[in-house]
Amino acid sequence: MSLSEKYPKEVKRLLSKYPPEYKRSAVMPLLYLAQREEGYVTKAAMKDIAGLLEITETEVASIVGFYTLYHDEKAGKYRMQVCADLPCALRGADQFLESLCGNLGIKVGETTADGLVTIESVMCLAACDKAPMFQMQGPDGIEYHENMTVDRTMELIEALKKSGEAK
Amino acid sequence: MAHILLRHRDIPNINQIDVYKKNGGFEAFKNAVKKMKPEDVTNVVKNSGLRGRGGAGFPTGTKWSFMDNKNWPHYVVANADESEPGTFKDREIMEQNPFQFLEGVALASYAVGANAAYVYMRGEFWQVAAFLDEKIAEMEKEGFLGDKLFGTDYSLRIYTHLGAGAYICGEETALLESMEGKRGQPRVRPPFPPSFGLYGKPTVVNNVETLTNVPLILANGADWYKSMGTADSAGVKIFSLSGRVKKPGNYELPFGKTFRDLIYGEGGGIMDDRPIKAIMPAGASSSLIVADEKALDTQLEYAAVRTLGADLGSASVIVIDDTVSIDWVISKTIHFFKHESCGKCTPCREGNHWMLNVVNRIEHGHKPEDVTLLLNVAKQMQGKCLCALGEFATMAVVTGIERFPQDFKA
Amino acid sequence: MADVTLTIDNKQVTVPAGMLVVDAAKKAGIDIPVFCYHPKMEPAGMCRMCLVEVGRPMIDRATGKPVLDEKGEPKVQFMPKLETACTNPVSEGMVVKTQLTSERAKSGQKETVEFLLTSHPLDCPICDKGGECPLQNLTMEHGPGKSRFIFDEKQRLAKHVPLGELIWLDRERCIQCGRCIRFQDDVAGESVIGFDQRGRYTQIVTFSEPGFDSVFSGNTTDICPVGALTTADFRFGARPWELQAAPSICSQCPVGCNTVINTRREAKADGKIVIKRIMPRQNEQVNEIWLCDKGRFAHHHFASEDRLTKPLINKEDKLAKASWKSALDLASEKLSAAKKNLVVLASGRLSNEDLFNLKSLADMAGGKALLYSDMGGGALTTRVGVSAGFDLGKLGAGDAILVAASDLYEEAPIWWLRVKAAAERGATLIVANPRATKLDKHAKFVIRYSYGDEVTTIEDLKGKNKIADAFRKAENAVVFYGSEGVGLAGSASVAAAAAELLTEAGHVGKPNSGLIGVWGRANDQGAWEMGFETSDDLAEELKGKAVYIAGADPAGDDPALAKALKSAKFLVVQDISLTATAGLADVVLPAQAITEREGTFTSGDRRVQRFYPVLPVTGEARPDFAITSQLARGMNYILEGESPSIAFDYLTTEAKSFEGLHYAKLAETTEQWPLVGRGEVNYGGTSYENKHGLGAQLTSAAARGENYKLPAAKKVKSLRPKEGELLAVPVTKLYDQGTTVIPAALLAERIGEASVTLNPATAEELGAAAGELVKLSWNGSQSEVRVRTDESISTGVALVPRSFGMALREPVVASVKSAKKVK
Ligand SMILES: Cc1cc2nc3c(=O)[nH]c(=O)nc-3n(C[C@H](O)[C@H](O)[C@H](O)COP(=O)(O)O)c2cc1C
Ligand code: SF4
Ligand code: FES
Repeated sequence: MSLSEKYPKEVKRLLSKYPPEYKRSAVMPLLYLAQREEGYVTKAAMKDIAGLLEITETEVASIVGFYTLYHDEKAGKYRMQVCADLPCALRGADQFLESLCGNLGIKVGETTADGLVTIESVMCLAACDKAPMFQMQGPDGIEYHENMTVDRTMELIEALKKSGEAK
Repeated sequence: MAHILLRHRDIPNINQIDVYKKNGGFEAFKNAVKKMKPEDVTNVVKNSGLRGRGGAGFPTGTKWSFMDNKNWPHYVVANADESEPGTFKDREIMEQNPFQFLEGVALASYAVGANAAYVYMRGEFWQVAAFLDEKIAEMEKEGFLGDKLFGTDYSLRIYTHLGAGAYICGEETALLESMEGKRGQPRVRPPFPPSFGLYGKPTVVNNVETLTNVPLILANGADWYKSMGTADSAGVKIFSLSGRVKKPGNYELPFGKTFRDLIYGEGGGIMDDRPIKAIMPAGASSSLIVADEKALDTQLEYAAVRTLGADLGSASVIVIDDTVSIDWVISKTIHFFKHESCGKCTPCREGNHWMLNVVNRIEHGHKPEDVTLLLNVAKQMQGKCLCALGEFATMAVVTGIERFPQDFKA
Repeated sequence: MADVTLTIDNKQVTVPAGMLVVDAAKKAGIDIPVFCYHPKMEPAGMCRMCLVEVGRPMIDRATGKPVLDEKGEPKVQFMPKLETACTNPVSEGMVVKTQLTSERAKSGQKETVEFLLTSHPLDCPICDKGGECPLQNLTMEHGPGKSRFIFDEKQRLAKHVPLGELIWLDRERCIQCGRCIRFQDDVAGESVIGFDQRGRYTQIVTFSEPGFDSVFSGNTTDICPVGALTTADFRFGARPWELQAAPSICSQCPVGCNTVINTRREAKADGKIVIKRIMPRQNEQVNEIWLCDKGRFAHHHFASEDRLTKPLINKEDKLAKASWKSALDLASEKLSAAKKNLVVLASGRLSNEDLFNLKSLADMAGGKALLYSDMGGGALTTRVGVSAGFDLGKLGAGDAILVAASDLYEEAPIWWLRVKAAAERGATLIVANPRATKLDKHAKFVIRYSYGDEVTTIEDLKGKNKIADAFRKAENAVVFYGSEGVGLAGSASVAAAAAELLTEAGHVGKPNSGLIGVWGRANDQGAWEMGFETSDDLAEELKGKAVYIAGADPAGDDPALAKALKSAKFLVVQDISLTATAGLADVVLPAQAITEREGTFTSGDRRVQRFYPVLPVTGEARPDFAITSQLARGMNYILEGESPSIAFDYLTTEAKSFEGLHYAKLAETTEQWPLVGRGEVNYGGTSYENKHGLGAQLTSAAARGENYKLPAAKKVKSLRPKEGELLAVPVTKLYDQGTTVIPAALLAERIGEASVTLNPATAEELGAAAGELVKLSWNGSQSEVRVRTDESISTGVALVPRSFGMALREPVVASVKSAKKVK
């Protein structure tokens, strides 16, 4: 199903933010919408968006490729993006990331066996005073988790697992 | 002293519209729209000495007065991309004191005759955007945004727009490209946004913090604002303090306090009471300052910081102590800039790639020829890039190697 | 715009205000190296190659006057940083120091080259661009000779990435200058390639289906400053320095693009000279520096094996080789005997000289000279066509362009490109077509009519409405009319209606106004100028006559014509290969291909241009005009048969519009802007400089102030299909199965199979989905074809592409049956 069939109101609302002759501006919000489905932007979705905005698929793909929050490949249901940039690293982010990976038994960039979480190391997330921290990019958007410990993170993952199973 | 920007620290729940209104909220905007000419609003801001808080410190009122009045419509874009490593002030403002910020956007819009304004937020601020959308809806409901405001002919709408993970989109022309649905790559300047901005129309781009100053400047007057801070840098500034300090966080201070005040006073000193080694006053794009007594006693204002061979920029002060080696610091910054280089221009695209290769080797054991090479490559990038990011990428490298030679010895 | 005087490398230069420093330097003979800048595109300032020192006169803030030094000269303030010459417009009193006079600029440029080389492979010895590569040239000039970048830290990237079947990408060689992408975005208006990723990972990708879906794709290989983009056709084919270069004119459509044909001798071709590639040759008033992919890639027919090498005479129903003398003797004897019953049938594939001799022969014998064409109305273009001085590149704000019954993108791509550019410059573009075309996007007004309503649609523009007003009020107005959905009679009516429209609005007799036919062949316009006419009933004209056919294959195109020719009294066919028509002939005379001889073509916008010999002559083939002259001699008429230039001189005395032209004049060139070629390929790309002539334009009867009459526009009766029937109409596709296209194996995928296009609803009614086979029948002919659907066409219509083996040359009532049902 196309985006405008599935989310007619949302698509309309997003388009209404921009002057009609510049509807191309809506490409970024529409990509977020498309990404809700599979956790990444499928080729079909790119085609769909291209059609909606009267641009080419190549132009849409070019946007997906440029920005790091859009993905064109499947990963875990949640992407746990740990900030390991300079200010966070000065407050122990690198060690946090390392022990987290150790606990989960995967390396940065890998996904847990159950497909729930992919661990990524990312650049500054504007929460430098609350390191260690990460954001979870998942089906419902992006959520910040600040002043984290490995234990609390593992609890969070457990909870996500449970809520997934419950559904 | 009561906060001017981080007012939520003094007034609980100011992020609720009733509380904001009770504390004088929207009076400045209402007054401006009903009683002031747009250019008068600009003049108050000009006279207040307010300078841009996004990094370049450009006088805000002057920027507004550059808007090309032969070309319409006009736009205002609030720069909430906040991606400089070490900067986390705009987020606090938007989460805790959103109405003051939005009122600032509204005042700027009225001053330049814009009927639509956008808040461009980094994509990670997903939740902040949802929150701001609610706040904007509340303002519309209460008649602070919408058509024919306060019974005048002036109409204004504010929209949020999320980026998607690209530091370069903080650069104002890259931001505009991104808003237009393109790859966030900087444009050739001139022309500058006030003559050729969003959709090719005159546009004011201002930082969130800059705009958040505006309502109180309008409410209390230019002289009130100018009475704070220094002759060079008027008013107050939020310092995002991070790194090896005991109490990292945002601190709102008038310009003119010293690094010592900030780091040892507000920040409670260095973790484990270690000796301080270096300061980056403007995030990852800063020069590294040797944190000696002179530096610590230097005033926090644009001009004074320049005497230390650095810029105050967005005032994201990263503190480095003696447990940290500078080669590691620059490998982190190079890593960052290599990742964030948009790839449009050659020196930045290739230079960062090259620097990363060299610094990786340096980390595995210093070779004097690699240190020299790294310094050469960084200097070779300087003065050639299309936008400031390429320049930023070289600052810590050059000053790190030159000012901390002991950390690069074989 | 006012002029500005500045100093570049101590030279005073005066150029128009607004010009960029890099261009101003070029004008002054100073080459500032560039990679991303291209004079045909907006500057991007991204490669940072063109760094120079720029100084501007100091202005006293208080007085606004220049600050003077001790000598009373204005003080110049130099910028602390080097600036890009490609993004800075000139200003009065500016002082520029390039690499020639500034060490700083020189080392800045050198440093940029070093940066580029950190990621660029050193595979020049096997690179197609080697020898004409700006990066290679600049490296030789500036290169430190030693790399500070550790070789094994270079990025390894894919080197053979097809961006489609036509263009290949070498990811390692790409220097991210974005020229190709900007060409597609801005010049071609087809954003089908783009950058993916960012930073050092930036790379070119396409997501279009088929890959790199644009008929202008080849141009990106000319402007790519390195060997990153190459054509599948030429890739690894030869080294640039081995190639000979001969100027020519593209013969694929009426635009008349100027080309250079690169050849070399090849062992694998038995030591023969073969064509390796076709390159654009600059003619700013024709093709600028571009070529469409058909013109570039469909050259393989020149190498076709089945060329006629000797005359043939029909003996006992078999064609047998004969001597020129016996063939000519027999042919002239029979044609001579026919007298008034002689019909000469020729096509726009021939040159002006050929057509002139053929027409003269027919006239002298008292016979008829007929043009073999699916489009009519050409006589009108000689009267109210665009005239000497016409330049599509000059049309812009204040002017109007009507494109009627033509899909310009498919029929004449370079015109499409230039019409789009004119619209972008502000010309009012009106597109009137029964279905959506790629030009719609650029049009101010789009008129959609039903097939059959062409004439009334154009007549409406004489009335009172917004579009009519815009057309009438324009300073200059041009009408392009083509053959979308119309045959010979229909297009003649369209032309008549358009001519009336232009005349009534006063848009005739001026250089940049008038009628332009979007012909099927390169020199149809020349034939009309020579006085050829079309016939409404060609089969009837041919029956029982002595027929002399040159450069046309009616029997191959249309069974009805084949039948008529079988009944001809005597048939002489002159062609380059053994066509179906030649198969029916009594005498076959082998002609030279245009690559083997000299001559001229007249483009659709009435520019006469010379082409030159490129390849050695095949067998005993002779130029058409010479053969006609030799035939004529046998009939006791004298026609020039030795020199095409003298033949041309004769024709200028007969055809008024050619008055005053001669070969030397056609070979004249003037300096064109932007300067390209000159062995300096980093600026404009590898398009060739034009050293062999820009050609010259014809006058129209209206421009000469003559009295002329216009035929009234015949309203062709719209065929109304009955229930269960369809109106089948012919349309043109760029890549068709024509004899000049098919031998280009590379294009096979783009050509595809024969198809019929229906409205999806119509297709559904017929029970045929897109992609399915159906049986199309009309007038006793039938064809099994693939269904395509297009929502923009009306129901009840079937579009049948020309030159796909279906002899549908006029709109007819047809029926379509799903092949499934048939079985
Ligand atoms: C690479 C780069 C990143 C930037 N990032 C930001 C940013 O995140 N937020 C911001 O307000 N300004 C940023 N700027 C500065 C903006 O370009 C611009 O100067 C600023 O938004 C103007 O607002 P101001 O006058 O209120 O400071 C950045 C500049 C560069 C070159
Ligand atoms: S300096 Fe870097 S970020 Fe700026 S344009 Fe050049 S490549 Fe892009
Ligand atoms: S920056 Fe001027 S040519 Fe590329």
